[in-house]
Amino acid sequence: MNRIPEFQNTKEWYLSSFRKFEEKLNGESKSFLHDLRKEALAQLAEVDFPTTRDEEWKYTSVSPILKQNFIPAFNIDKQNVTKEGIKKYFFSGFDFYTMTFINGIYSEELSDLQNLQKGVTVNSLSKLLRSNPKVISEQITKFVKTENAFNLLNRVYSTDGAVVIVPDGVIVEKPIQILFLNGHNDKLVLSIPHNLIVAGKNSQVSIITNYSALNSSVYFSNIITEVFAGESSIVDLYKIQNENDNSFHYEKVEAHQLKKSIFNHYNFTFGGEIVRNDINSTLDDENIETHYYGLYLGKGNQHIDNHTFVDHAKPNCMSNELYKGILDNKARGVFNGKIIVRKDAQKTNAYQQNKTVLLSKTAKINTKPQLEIFADDVKCTHGATVGHLDDTAYYYIRTRGIPAELAKSMLIRAFANDVVESVKIEPLRDQLNHMIFEHLHRVEIEND
Amino acid sequence: MLTIKNLHATIEGKEILKGIDLEIKAGEVHAIMGPNGSGKSTLANIVAGNEAYEVTKGEIIFEGKELLEMNPEDRAREGVFLAFQYPVEIPGVSNATFLKTAINEIKKYHNQAELTPKEFLSLMKEKSKILGMEEALISRSVNVGFSGGEKKRNEILQMLMLNPKLALLDETDSGLDIDALKIVSNGVNLFKAKDNAVLVVTHYQRLLNYIQPDFVHVLYNGRIIKSGGKELALELEDKGYDWIKPELVESETVYRS
Repeated sequence: MNRIPEFQNTKEWYLSSFRKFEEKLNGESKSFLHDLRKEALAQLAEVDFPTTRDEEWKYTSVSPILKQNFIPAFNIDKQNVTKEGIKKYFFSGFDFYTMTFINGIYSEELSDLQNLQKGVTVNSLSKLLRSNPKVISEQITKFVKTENAFNLLNRVYSTDGAVVIVPDGVIVEKPIQILFLNGHNDKLVLSIPHNLIVAGKNSQVSIITNYSALNSSVYFSNIITEVFAGESSIVDLYKIQNENDNSFHYEKVEAHQLKKSIFNHYNFTFGGEIVRNDINSTLDDENIETHYYGLYLGKGNQHIDNHTFVDHAKPNCMSNELYKGILDNKARGVFNGKIIVRKDAQKTNAYQQNKTVLLSKTAKINTKPQLEIFADDVKCTHGATVGHLDDTAYYYIRTRGIPAELAKSMLIRAFANDVVESVKIEPLRDQLNHMIFEHLHRVEIEND
Repeated sequence: MLTIKNLHATIEGKEILKGIDLEIKAGEVHAIMGPNGSGKSTLANIVAGNEAYEVTKGEIIFEGKELLEMNPEDRAREGVFLAFQYPVEIPGVSNATFLKTAINEIKKYHNQAELTPKEFLSLMKEKSKILGMEEALISRSVNVGFSGGEKKRNEILQMLMLNPKLALLDETDSGLDIDALKIVSNGVNLFKAKDNAVLVVTHYQRLLNYIQPDFVHVLYNGRIIKSGGKELALELEDKGYDWIKPELVESETVYRS
């Protein structure tokens, strides 16, 4: 088999760095997680990083990520970050609990979990491994399916992450905002949090993951997030990814849902040079709802790839997916929406829509719905459109004396509106609208 | 106020206007009538600056300025307003934001002070009332979830808010029931003044019962084939367009020989 040499080298680098990493782990190397880690290491030795010859990575070349040897954050010095310094990164205007991770490693002094409801666990993975390993071992990697080399890389080196465990019947009153700040002054850092969200029966929780950059350095965020939505629970998971434009970002979300649960995933992509999201849900019981909302904004040479996978395993479930993109300059988008309706999953309703607006002649999108339906009594629809801002609407706005650039901004807002409006936290909607213009360097609409 | 001379225009290579001459003075109301596809909407859209059409010949002078050299936003700032036949929906942009932006851009152009939020709100309330529109509408997105009739009313509200010199009403009566038609017409009649002008583009005479034109022009196949006073509209209502067409054929024959 012909292998591209650099890939081999990169993998060897990650494999050979393990010993040094292990030495630093001390007591933690005796935990159950470390066994999983060694398993993952053995698997990584057998698996290659994906190339564009892999169907799942056809339009996304990861070779720029593999040209660098990133160092796990655990093995390098910490960045000096103050409570005052991180204020500007938070979405505000509403009450929330705070967790802060610097390069994927929890910082207790930069977090605020005061007045957390009794029984609710919001903590770092590393701390829980020491204080209550049982809660972790019961859940983590429980439903892991196939893993690619990036996922394995995370599992080999990840030492930390956000853990939220909501007991049965508890409604967490405030959203939990988790800030992931990334970047290192002089080293190529590998930020590899492994997050775990467990919602008990009849519980409800809203989590905002907020990925931002400390500086303009090159780094690699390679994240795993596992979600378990128990019976009749409601989990809202927001992801607002605003990494710097030199960074690489990959996240795998693996959601497992039980009877009557609702999982809402909101995925806003602003930053990153190469971005990949794998978002998977397994609907493993009846009367489950899954909603995926996505908005991706690309400019410059950004490459943004969203792969979603909804697995309808049981009857009477509903999934609805709305992904929209705005691409400018030479930005490239990829959307692959996979839906499987298994033989038993009768009376499934599955909807999927992907719409992209190209603001320049050089921007590009590859979009592909992938429906595999094995049941016969189902309702499934999908649609993909690629277009430009509407000429008639553009003309209409200008006939009111509004300048051309501002007219375009209004049309961008109009296009993104249904995804932004899906966000339940109103102040967050306003801040997202603002970020859309800031990111695309468009003229801001002045609100009242 | 507006002088159109020998205007020819095409869309995608197809000639729509074949030599239009029209003069509108301040204080006047003109109506352009004609069958479907005669070029009425095209004419209104070319005056407003729709870039989908190509003007191949002729000129449009508005208040002494060459209109064809201006982009749509500058034409609006100079005082041209088009009430659209099919108003556009803009989700996520409220009527208030939209109109305040528009008014203040026009003010900026004329080096005038922008409206304060309070001034804007009281103006909006005053004008909405004329059109029987609820205050809640102010915070709703432009035309989103509006019925056909509500959209047309909203066009007239925008006209009253922007207070143009020349208002072009493109089939504003279509899709309106009689009550809505009265409300919309009342809005236009309140707007009418000595220093502004209105050009009504319509297929039917109905609207002209409420907005009395000073001049009526019949547009057919890209040309104005007959002009007259308001009685011409009634005549068209009675007889349709067919009775004029032979005149056109005749004049064409004469012209050719």
